[in-house]
Amino acid sequence: MATIANSERVDKIRVQLALIGCSHRTAPVELRERIVFSREQALMAADDLRREGILEEAVVLSTCNRSELYGVPSDAIESPASAMEEYFTSFHGIPRRELDGRIYREQGGDAVRHLFRVAAGLDSMLLGEAEILGQLRNAYNQALDHGATGPVLNRVFQGALEVGKRVRSETEVGARPMSVAFAGVKLAERVFGSLKAHSALIVGAGAMAEQVVEHMQSRGVRELRVVNRSIENAAELASRFGGEALPWEALGSALGASDVIVTSVASSAPVLTRAALERALAKRSGKPVFAVDLGVPRNVEVEAAELYNFYLYNIDDLGAIVEQNRRARESEIPRAESIIDEHVRKFEAWRAALEAGSIVSDLRGRFHAQREALIREMVAERSDVSPDERDRISRITEELVERLMAQPSETLRKGPGMRGRMAGLEAIRHLFGLGGDKE
Amino acid sequence: MVRLLAITMLALYAGSFVCYALNLRAPSAWVGRAASFLLAGGIVAQYFTLYERSLALHALPYDDLYGSMSLFAWLLALTYLGLEFFHRERAVGAFVTPVLLVWVSAVWLWIPDPVAVPTQIRGPIFAFHVTLNTWAYAAFALSFILSALYVGQNRLLRSRQLSAAFWRLPSLDVLERMSRSSVIIGLVALAVGVTFGLIWQRRLSGAVSLGDPKVVTTLAIAGVYVAYLALSRNATWRGARAAMLCVANFMIVLFSYTFVNLYLTRFHRFL
Repeated sequence: MATIANSERVDKIRVQLALIGCSHRTAPVELRERIVFSREQALMAADDLRREGILEEAVVLSTCNRSELYGVPSDAIESPASAMEEYFTSFHGIPRRELDGRIYREQGGDAVRHLFRVAAGLDSMLLGEAEILGQLRNAYNQALDHGATGPVLNRVFQGALEVGKRVRSETEVGARPMSVAFAGVKLAERVFGSLKAHSALIVGAGAMAEQVVEHMQSRGVRELRVVNRSIENAAELASRFGGEALPWEALGSALGASDVIVTSVASSAPVLTRAALERALAKRSGKPVFAVDLGVPRNVEVEAAELYNFYLYNIDDLGAIVEQNRRARESEIPRAESIIDEHVRKFEAWRAALEAGSIVSDLRGRFHAQREALIREMVAERSDVSPDERDRISRITEELVERLMAQPSETLRKGPGMRGRMAGLEAIRHLFGLGGDKE
Repeated sequence: MVRLLAITMLALYAGSFVCYALNLRAPSAWVGRAASFLLAGGIVAQYFTLYERSLALHALPYDDLYGSMSLFAWLLALTYLGLEFFHRERAVGAFVTPVLLVWVSAVWLWIPDPVAVPTQIRGPIFAFHVTLNTWAYAAFALSFILSALYVGQNRLLRSRQLSAAFWRLPSLDVLERMSRSSVIIGLVALAVGVTFGLIWQRRLSGAVSLGDPKVVTTLAIAGVYVAYLALSRNATWRGARAAMLCVANFMIVLFSYTFVNLYLTRFHRFL
């Protein structure tokens, strides 16, 4: 059987997809960090796999949580998944036994389903996270630009990107914040709308404060001030995010000018008292203030929560929201899975149609070859058959082959049920010896 | 013809509600645009419904309860669409369109449509007076919906009980700004409408009387909404308190629109 060229030529095809990979589900970070592919390495691997005749099309998806090889196996390879695994381990110089039980393999529809689940964020460490879709798009675009993909991977990766988009727009899997820091920022937006016209004050310069600042900046906050006991730390954090560092003594005056206040200070006593916040609110003519208290012990006096137009959330409140959101995301998994099912069925239909066309063409070619051989053997050498009669016999047998092919062609192309059709294709391949089974 | 237009209007409003609800559930630029277009289509269909009805009955759409309520719904939809465009916020549509739909359906199904009304030539001043005052009421109704949403969302934020819908609702800031805009529209319409009414009354009777219960209530409405606008920027009232005041103000509007019109006034009654 002919192989798949890396072009849109799909005349003689057996559509097969193979995947091997290692993710956060199977390997700890100590191992995952050793099997990461950089952009250049991903393209090099795709080249190697095709050059060595293991794959005809290849895409390498490598993120901090997964390293996966997707490809269309070459017919020349007896066991493509083993060959891919061999390449994978040798590329990273890791003994195979170290990855025993860590590498998963999928093929055909299961490989397609896996990719679609990855795109939907269902296989992510943080359920429904959006970053993976961008990473997948980049991996695919790089491979496409590099000429490493072909009709099968183009189809399956474009399908995956569509699945990712649909799952995020039609379900709640990707909605609602899943980290304490992001939940705080999203809640502030529930009060103020866009943060682009608002200012934020960060009290403290620790890791948690940094996470909040990162989210604030990504949401376009207009002004960012950082107050910390150590002005050096405040300046360091502020400079990285284009904010302004203020000395600890300026905290009181900065309160009145801030719409959002985030505190994350190690202190045994509250750093923001009700009285100080009351004064700040009075300065603001009653404009609301949204405060996130990430400190333990709490940095904002509990009684301040009663102040009018002062919205206060502590770390437990945000934790409860994140937990609630996680449950809500999980409850959306069945809806996401049904979108994935729909797209897997679409892919299988495309695959079946393509393969059916290829088999019909193979069968026709084989029958015509037999017919021509038979005519040569039985008719061509006989002197009592005139050229006209030979032409007639040739035309009649040609017509016979076409008529014999008509019904099976129709059935293969329009036969009911995808599974039935795929089984039919396998049976025909087997019956007429049109191609060997892999793995 | 009127029936066909009314069915079209209802279908467009219903379609608009479905799209707004879908857009609230899973925001999508296309679904959001479709919601606005369907609402605009409903507004156009309702305009022609009112127009055709006026031609058929030889009566303007405020001479009777049926016409007045229809005009109110039309102006409510128009005001909302204007505010949506101005504030670039579609989430509120999911709460305004069901009110609109129920109101329009109720008018169509339950309020008897008068067969014929004797033509009263009252002139454009009177027409402007009634239309502008109805517009003011529609704008106040819209501010009521927006303020009620504000109060509800503020309660959710304070209680920290955040439901799934919470994350889809517009922010408090947007709700407050939209409510204020709506009240400003209402007050301007009311001021101009009342002025036209007084001019018309003077032409009719040669004097201006402020003693009619409808006039008194209308002035009271103007007063409470001016108070809302002033207090909504005041440190003590800004936010939820002002929103609650706006909700309470609308009770006076309802009182004026129903009880006063039906039982108290002499020359502001529906025919």
